[in-house]
Amino acid sequence: MKILTGNDLGTGDVIWWAGDGWSRQVGDSVDVSDKGEDLARAEEAALRVVGAYVIDATVTGEGVRPAHIKDRIRALGPTVRPDLTLKPNDADAGNWVI
Amino acid sequence: MVEFLSFREGEVGQEPAVTVESFTGQSNSTAVRIEAGEDARELLPHLDRLSLVEVNFPAFGDGRGYSAARILREAGYIGELRAVGDVLVDQIVAMRRCGFDSFRPDKALDDAAVERALRRYDDVYQKTIDGRRPVWAKRHPETANG
Amino acid sequence: MYRYDSYDQSIVDARVEEFRDQTQRRLAGQLTEDQFKPLRLMNGLYLQLHAYMLRVAIPYGTLSARQMRKLGEIAAKYDRGYGHFTTRQNLQYNWIKLADAPDILAELATVEMHAIQTSGNCIRNISSDQYAGVSADEVADPRPWAELLRQWSTFHPEFTYLPRKFKIAVIASEEDRSAMRLHDIGLKLVSRDGQVGAEVYAGGGMGRTPMVAPLIRDFVPEEEIVSYLEACLRVYNRYGRRDNKYKARIKILVHELGVEEYKRQVEEEFAHMRTLGLNPPTEELDRIRAYFAGPAYETGLDDSVDRSDPAFALWVDRQVAAHKQPGYAIVNISLKPRGGIPGDASAEQIALVADLAEQYSLDELRVTHAQNLVLPHVKKADLHAVWQKLDEAGLAEANLDLITDIIACPGLDYCSLANARSIPLAQKLSERFAAADRQKELGELKVKISGCINACGHHHAGHIGVLGVDRKGVENFQLSLGGSGAEDASVGQITGPGFSEDGVVDAIEKVTNIYLAQREEGERFLDTYRRLGMKPFKEAIYG
Repeated sequence: MKILTGNDLGTGDVIWWAGDGWSRQVGDSVDVSDKGEDLARAEEAALRVVGAYVIDATVTGEGVRPAHIKDRIRALGPTVRPDLTLKPNDADAGNWVI
Repeated sequence: MVEFLSFREGEVGQEPAVTVESFTGQSNSTAVRIEAGEDARELLPHLDRLSLVEVNFPAFGDGRGYSAARILREAGYIGELRAVGDVLVDQIVAMRRCGFDSFRPDKALDDAAVERALRRYDDVYQKTIDGRRPVWAKRHPETANG
Repeated sequence: MYRYDSYDQSIVDARVEEFRDQTQRRLAGQLTEDQFKPLRLMNGLYLQLHAYMLRVAIPYGTLSARQMRKLGEIAAKYDRGYGHFTTRQNLQYNWIKLADAPDILAELATVEMHAIQTSGNCIRNISSDQYAGVSADEVADPRPWAELLRQWSTFHPEFTYLPRKFKIAVIASEEDRSAMRLHDIGLKLVSRDGQVGAEVYAGGGMGRTPMVAPLIRDFVPEEEIVSYLEACLRVYNRYGRRDNKYKARIKILVHELGVEEYKRQVEEEFAHMRTLGLNPPTEELDRIRAYFAGPAYETGLDDSVDRSDPAFALWVDRQVAAHKQPGYAIVNISLKPRGGIPGDASAEQIALVADLAEQYSLDELRVTHAQNLVLPHVKKADLHAVWQKLDEAGLAEANLDLITDIIACPGLDYCSLANARSIPLAQKLSERFAAADRQKELGELKVKISGCINACGHHHAGHIGVLGVDRKGVENFQLSLGGSGAEDASVGQITGPGFSEDGVVDAIEKVTNIYLAQREEGERFLDTYRRLGMKPFKEAIYG
């Protein structure tokens, strides 16, 4: 599927389009099909996101999985600082990225 | 919102600017327009015929026009030197320092933002063509360059 | 070190307010991201993978204890408790909010610091020798020049929208500790007939097309350096390529014109520029130089070191360099702990080093382009006390220039430009080669890792270099050998097909084994490689 991601303009947080707004959890992503670009431009104009772009993703047993490792790192946090990720208590979180 | 800005006394050039090629050919025009990749020094033998030079900024990130402006002023050009194209309020001060004295940006500028920008910096580090004394001259007023 | 006068301070303060204004306009939607991006970049603010990243300038890698303390406070208050020292002697914060950036810049301004021009297509931080002012081998302290040029390059109205970034380095010794030949312009101070001036090198750089900068002028006297550099920059601004971001650096212009033609154009422009009164008077460089006159060293100090503690002795042998003043020493602080993240320091470690600088180093410290720190003025009598405090804080690794003193860019863990992660690889190498005896046996071996072709990890200049690439969505690592960022500058050569992360660790181990087996008396790894060539190493790696 196609999902939409970017950063929050004010905070810089990685965010994912969840259909009715933006979420910090990649698992809340919805399929934007071919509406992604239009959505990105509209949300940027509304100052709710910066640098939004559409990516490929699949749904796995663990939830939404971005196709590219870069976006999986964005979804979680730096693999070398598990304490600073969205899942600091999950020892296996780094494996999901790879 | 301001669509045209001038820091010159008196009138500004109204004549349409011709291309460099046309001007250096056989033109009676007194206004010429330099594109970003063109060589301002081609105009140096003809400065006395010119009352207006427009320098185009196709994208504000293309900084070649700043060199073109300074080159013309360094050569003694005293006519109107106008920045046109993708000019934002954030470039006005640097452009003035390079010798531009009028501006016709593609998008109108916010008056209040222009005022703030012009008043922002009391001091400058470099000597250039705008007549302002750089900081090092103020620090050493007694020296020949000060 | 340099202190701002009221002019310097007012310029930095005005910049803070200008950026505050620009940020407010952005957050209010009066500036689009396309309009705002170059403006925030010129204040060192990037949008990276996880948040905004702020790159604070540490001019020529020199700072005071007070400034270092502020950097630690900012890390704790606005970031997530740490900072990253970079290959251009700057500091990066990885978790910044745009809304906080103006306040951070305002706080930095209170200690004479800023983030001006640490990004963008403009003249960047001017780097210099981390041993400036304290090494016996320098012609003169290069930092007054670096400060003069810092001011000259700050908000230069003609050179604010160059084709691409522009990096200048200034050194003053035969030994190049700053990778000067790999900069857009490199200056080496020399003395000719009693006059101090500079050899000028132009067109060096790394990235997609690494090049060692050729000499373009044998001597520019100090009183003309500004007008000469104006000429160099003007030629670049006018003729550097703007059609292709990857061909826009000055090294491409110098290469495409040829050195002789670039020189000729610069000389022509210089002949014009030098008539325009652009050079500050010698009084200005003298005024700046007075700040670098050197601290009030004590004399009659004990010049010996008590080596009875073996762990301390090991550290002294590796980390302590000779100071030109008897009784004093230069202390290198490793930010490459075993298995650690190269160049990172916690807010607590930053505060500790600030305290050590204040108490033991006449209030001064340095940042090196190898992502380490230096306390430049430590009394030999204080070395043991300094070492103990560093050791408590995990900062006493004795690995300067050894195989575990790895340079690594932040890579795909942090950087939106990256193709692969560099830090985990650095950590694995650090663990594999951790044994002190092994490191000592291998000797000087500079490993440099970049997570993408932009080469912020300087991999082209690594004795062993690694470049992370994206191979169909999977991280892959290219190995290169024989690079050097020192005065014997050279670009590393790729060994062949790339490796997985574990594969490249093994390949590097094989490379080091060949070195140990084949080296001759006194040869570093780099020397053996240069003597033997790629062949034996390639055979060992690929079979």
